[in-house]
Amino acid sequence: MLANLYIASFQLHSTLDFKEVLQIILEININLIGAEEFGILLLDEKTNRLEPVACEGLELGQLPSVGVGQGIIGEAVKSGENYFIATMDGYQRDVLAPMVCVPLKIKEHVIGVIVIYKLLVQKEQFTSVDHELFSLLAGHAATAIFSSRLYSESERKLSTIQGFIDLLTK
Amino acid sequence: MTALKVLVVEDSPTMRQLIVFALKRIRNFQIVEANDGVDGLKKLNAEKFDLILTDINMPIMDGLKLVSMVRNDPNYSNVPIVIITTEGAAEDRDRALALGANAYITKPIQTTQILDTVRSLLKF
Repeated sequence: MLANLYIASFQLHSTLDFKEVLQIILEININLIGAEEFGILLLDEKTNRLEPVACEGLELGQLPSVGVGQGIIGEAVKSGENYFIATMDGYQRDVLAPMVCVPLKIKEHVIGVIVIYKLLVQKEQFTSVDHELFSLLAGHAATAIFSSRLYSESERKLSTIQGFIDLLTK
Repeated sequence: MTALKVLVVEDSPTMRQLIVFALKRIRNFQIVEANDGVDGLKKLNAEKFDLILTDINMPIMDGLKLVSMVRNDPNYSNVPIVIITTEGAAEDRDRALALGANAYITKPIQTTQILDTVRSLLKF
């Protein structure tokens, strides 16, 4: 169990590239949790809506855009608490009502959510390791996403400033 | 004691790291990593391995194709092959074992599963 947590944490903080961070989160969900259909939604602070940015097992266009506080996903983001469906028996994919919602948060500030719709056939139920991984993802994935976005924004600004300097010094 | 040489074929860096982390705990393994089946074959042709661990779903060449090609190579007809995969259906497992894999582990995995399987196959 500790190995899984260590590897997940190590990988999440191994890169400042936003797309690579998203890919690592997808890999953790597939390989260490056993999710087959799931997605990552990030909060757009201007619109206060959660927008899909990555997914596995379904098309990005199938994932909903959700307002904070709306429905199961929005409520989980608003509360900052993990949501688990009462029973997985007979669950059919409903994009607005996932089996699991894991809000991604830095301290109490939620920046997004992982929503899980289906588990691998051999994954019958969540274990204590999964709950530990969800806790880890909630914090470390959020920090990794935030850092990578900040880094790419600062790189863009640096590039713009450098462009101006080059123009002025010609 | 000569180090045993192990090839890990897996396209997910996270999963590859977990497998390597587990294998390093057993004994003095010399571990070589490959990103997909073609990369794996290149490495198998370049040096001799004592154990192969491979995923199934990989780009360019999948793990089942790799197993099939490895078993057709007289140099590797007896080398233990462990499949580590998300494919959990019984027919997937049967197909892999029929092609010549020695063990089939489904994800999500714990490192203890890898350790127990490898110890059992290498008999220590």
